[in-house]
Amino acid sequence: MKYMLTIFGPEGGMEDATPEQMKAEMDRWAAYSQETVDKGAFVAGEGLQPSATATTVRIPENGGDRTLTDGPFAESKEQVGGFYVLDCKDLDEALDWAKRIPSRAGAVEVRPVMVFDES
Amino acid sequence: MVALERWPADGVPDNPGAWITRVARNKAIDRLRRDQTLRVKVEVLEGLEALAPGAEEVEAGAEATDVPDDRLRLIFTCCHPALRPQARVALTLRTLGGLTTAEIASAFLTSEATMAQRLVRAKAKIRDAGIPYEVPSAEQLPERLTSVLATLYLVFNEGYFASSSDALIRSELADEAIRLARVLNETLPGDPEARALLALMLLQHSRRLARLDESGEMVLLSDQDRSRWDRGQITEGLALVDLLAGVVGPYSIQARIAAEHARVEAAEQTDWRRIGLLYGQLTRIQPSPVIELNRAIAVAMDEGPEAGLELIDAIEGLDRYAPFHVSRADLLGRLGRNGEAVAAYRRGLELSTNPVQGPSWSAGSRSSRNKRRSGASRSSLG
Repeated sequence: MKYMLTIFGPEGGMEDATPEQMKAEMDRWAAYSQETVDKGAFVAGEGLQPSATATTVRIPENGGDRTLTDGPFAESKEQVGGFYVLDCKDLDEALDWAKRIPSRAGAVEVRPVMVFDES
Repeated sequence: MVALERWPADGVPDNPGAWITRVARNKAIDRLRRDQTLRVKVEVLEGLEALAPGAEEVEAGAEATDVPDDRLRLIFTCCHPALRPQARVALTLRTLGGLTTAEIASAFLTSEATMAQRLVRAKAKIRDAGIPYEVPSAEQLPERLTSVLATLYLVFNEGYFASSSDALIRSELADEAIRLARVLNETLPGDPEARALLALMLLQHSRRLARLDESGEMVLLSDQDRSRWDRGQITEGLALVDLLAGVVGPYSIQARIAAEHARVEAAEQTDWRRIGLLYGQLTRIQPSPVIELNRAIAVAMDEGPEAGLELIDAIEGLDRYAPFHVSRADLLGRLGRNGEAVAAYRRGLELSTNPVQGPSWSAGSRSSRNKRRSGASRSSLG
């Protein structure tokens, strides 16, 4: 089964990091990503630019004009920072990966990917 | 179509605008059926469905789960931490306990429709989220077992401190929890916390006949007619506690506390010093103001009201918990501080005649409807 791990967390915190600290942080994520590949779980995964770069398109229920707003869908201290889509045996395996996400704070939402019939 | 036939009886929640999702899901289930690697998942669904269909099929379902390994897998599935505690309890009672949806609804003071929907949602999550139907691996076992034990203890407590007034259902819940704890002990022999939970339930349940008087009022532990305690359960419970030597876990400590009460013939012989120490140990591994309160009461019994009051006054977060105020009132009264005692007693009474409405799951924080009188501080283990 495929699961999407959506990573939420506080933004920033790395502005004053030294290049060495930045590299250590990147290395932790790279190691995690590499492990998902090595274990055959990796399907997709990306890190996102900060939520300040987001633009939200609002879709009114009654077919009215779609409007743009500057900023993320939800104003919140914790924002989506990235995601993985992983192929796992079951929820326990997906939760195992989620528990090991290298984030320093925040949350990871684990959701199964819907399966459609291609035929 | 097959899916619609399979899941209709309990009423799939009518989700507005769910048409697309429903079509997609039907297709998904078709595909699921064809997919060899997911075959197991279908079996789980069919297993769960077979166990929780109409009432007439319950007996056949119960038979199918007599295989201990199947029951064990089912316990772990029903008590998966990805399900919310309410759902775990309901699923466990429905699929393993064989209670009807109506009975479970009545036990938890909710409508049958609400409970049915809760069960449908839980089953849907098991299916759609891929919750496995297997005994967890050795490394996952401790965490997963914690969830199973907590669920069984919730079931038991619901029977013991029941929100439902139906005595029959209450005793059924407690019996059911004990029966499931036995299954767990048979299939995971030697697990100390599983053993401790069974001991704890047996020792508490042994007092069931002495706990209420003829008018249904709660009888304080110190006032209970100990000849009405169930000797068979006490003997079995104490023997299990003896096997726990050296084990430090929340259920082991609680079982030892229950054993201290069970092993003495009269309330005056109670070893309050040891009980106080055990509560102290318990607060270190499971910090909780309610446990602090119990510790303070034990200390008051052992060293006197002054020492107990000092501990009680240091507790934070129990301002809306009636037993906290009643216990304080009792100790203040014994110290001759009558004005303060009356005020504290009033506050406790206020809270217990206006019970705080809250989820019945937070066992420790529930205010009791029982009309406790002064001296209730000794009822903490009633």
